[in-house]
Amino acid sequence: MSGARGEPSDARGERAGARAERASAARAEPVSALGAIGWACRRDLLLTAHGKSELALVFVFFVLVTSLFPLGVGPEPALLRAIAPGIVWVCALLSALLSFGRLFGSDHADGTLEQMIVSGAPLAALVAGKMVAHVLVIGVPLAMLTPLIALQFGLSAGAMIVAVAALLLGTPILVGLGAIGAALTLGVRGGAALLALLVLPLAIPVLIFGAGAVDAAEAGMSAGAHLSLLGAGLIAAAIGCPFAAAAALRIALD
Amino acid sequence: MNWFKYSSPASFYPVAGKVYPWFFAAAMILFVVALYVGFAVAPTDAQQGESYRIMFVHVATATLSMFLYVVMALWCASSLVFNTRLSAMMAQAIAPTGAWFTFIALWTGALWGKPTWGTYWVWDARITSELILLFLYGGFLALTQAIEDPRRADRAGALLALVGVINVPIIYFSVRWWNTLHQGASITVSAAPKIAQPMLVALFAMMLAFWAYAIAAALRRVRCIIVERESGSDWLRALKRQGTL
Amino acid sequence: MLKVGGLSCVRGPRTLFRDLSFAALPGDIVQVTGPNGSGKTTLLRTLAGLSRADAGTIEWNGGQGSRDTVDTPGTRGGQGTPGTHATQGTQGVPALAHSRAYVGHAAGWSGTLSAADNLILAWQLDGEAAAREPGAVVAALEGMGLVRQRNLPVARLSQGQRKRLHLARLSRSTRPLWLLDEPSSALDDAGQQLLEALLGAHAAAGGIAVVATHHPVAAAGATIRRIELGG
Repeated sequence: MSGARGEPSDARGERAGARAERASAARAEPVSALGAIGWACRRDLLLTAHGKSELALVFVFFVLVTSLFPLGVGPEPALLRAIAPGIVWVCALLSALLSFGRLFGSDHADGTLEQMIVSGAPLAALVAGKMVAHVLVIGVPLAMLTPLIALQFGLSAGAMIVAVAALLLGTPILVGLGAIGAALTLGVRGGAALLALLVLPLAIPVLIFGAGAVDAAEAGMSAGAHLSLLGAGLIAAAIGCPFAAAAALRIALD
Repeated sequence: MNWFKYSSPASFYPVAGKVYPWFFAAAMILFVVALYVGFAVAPTDAQQGESYRIMFVHVATATLSMFLYVVMALWCASSLVFNTRLSAMMAQAIAPTGAWFTFIALWTGALWGKPTWGTYWVWDARITSELILLFLYGGFLALTQAIEDPRRADRAGALLALVGVINVPIIYFSVRWWNTLHQGASITVSAAPKIAQPMLVALFAMMLAFWAYAIAAALRRVRCIIVERESGSDWLRALKRQGTL
Repeated sequence: MLKVGGLSCVRGPRTLFRDLSFAALPGDIVQVTGPNGSGKTTLLRTLAGLSRADAGTIEWNGGQGSRDTVDTPGTRGGQGTPGTHATQGTQGVPALAHSRAYVGHAAGWSGTLSAADNLILAWQLDGEAAAREPGAVVAALEGMGLVRQRNLPVARLSQGQRKRLHLARLSRSTRPLWLLDEPSSALDDAGQQLLEALLGAHAAAGGIAVVATHHPVAAAGATIRRIELGG
């Protein structure tokens, strides 16, 4: 080592400080809740980017099923306008349902879910991160597709905007309920149908207030009450669903 | 008295076996009383004639279906908190009876609706909530049947029931809002005619009858579940040898 | 540091193991043997916190510091408190929940992501400092002979390579308790040697490893305790 004896004292102190820094950096810091949310969200987005796009199916399904209704009930504009809010919501709900199996399915299959539990990171936070990623990948696009449907059914511009807002508020709640259902039915035979049976009854309030909001807007009234109820539901779901889903995951992996 | 003594299937099994016949008997007696008072003693209603009498069954089963769901959820909570297998078995024993009562409530509601309002089905808040309750029971039954590992089935079902019971008031509230929003004058199936004294007696007796029946059925069913789960265990084989299975 | 007392596990009509007790001090490697179906995997999963035992205690850091006990009431009619994992450890030693690294039978990696991505994600999840160190991924992969596969999706790696990826992860793991279920399976001789070196280093640094294996465990300098399950 050159210049060891004649070293100025501050350089020596610097090296000692660097050594101490490396020693403390070597200790692991348990992941915080916020860190866990970020980790899970980033990871799921990365997985979606790398994976095959089965997601496109969800959006095609949405548009396809909404198009079935005019074929079923007839093309009369007044009728279609009247049933549009309900149709948009029911079809969004069913489309989202298609995607819930993916929330934990592949992680369970390849064993990464086990690793998440053993790591000791807050499981509810990891679930919340996954939910956020799912909303970004499924919920927001579904909401963005609604103006298209609204046009097809002749809804007014105001109702269209409210529909988008209501779906943006409502799909996170649906994802939360879907997470609980997906966790409960992880790896179970006939899981997809069972998931639907579990989630749909619980999703009814979201359906009622979401469709009600669009209805109110179409009738020229304020949708504020409906939207605020959806907002309240969103807050409750954001807090409650991750914990319930985490408990269900532990049960499923026991 | 140490209640925990009975929280193991082995000690609960014989107790349940001794107790449930009494509840069946009580149910039969109360049922006969209710039928007699309801059909023979209670007067003809001014508006609805004789057809209102189905209300006795309808209201009793509807009320009990909701009550049983709450009881089931309580057993589920107990199974998660105290980690007792028997609590989960009791919840699963109650569920089919609760589902049956919901089904009967819906059918009797339809049968009442036809002569009274000319239509079999009315989308009023109470009936619609009852239908959703049937789906909740269905989900619980389907989930617990679909999962093969009994431990996981117990705990998953328990979590589902708790999530359900929290949602029931939310669902009921939202369905009521939906109903008042879409139908101006709400036709409620529960709008019972002015209640005369004998009608109240009949209603009360019928509710007690169904309640006693539910207890008896649950006890009987939990014994079956216990035998199914614990087959091969020593205490069960001992009972079989004694002939008191 | 790890004390298991009276652990019992019942799955349906079968009792996998009953009243299992053992202790492991820092530097110990516990080798769990037994025929197929004797409960080795269940024991490891219970120690990892994935399964709940039906009775018994798992003590970490026993004695003075904080005690993590997992005590499940089991069949005693419902008495006893459900297990809690304390989040605070004694000075320097983290609580049980943050002290475990588990390698089970499942791959444990996301097939569509690359080896390097998977490795970084695993370190981040465990809060390892290696996640923030720029050259750590390449160095760890190099040490395990995987550096040329670092950008390949894990689904394209062989079983043995996926096991080596776990070894790479463990090489920078600061977690004191390692739970390894048949780690030698799919490993070739070179991989086996890497595993033994890793276990030796872990034990020398004061860690504990519980390994279910048919291979005799040899790790220089470590105290090997043997547990036989089954029968």
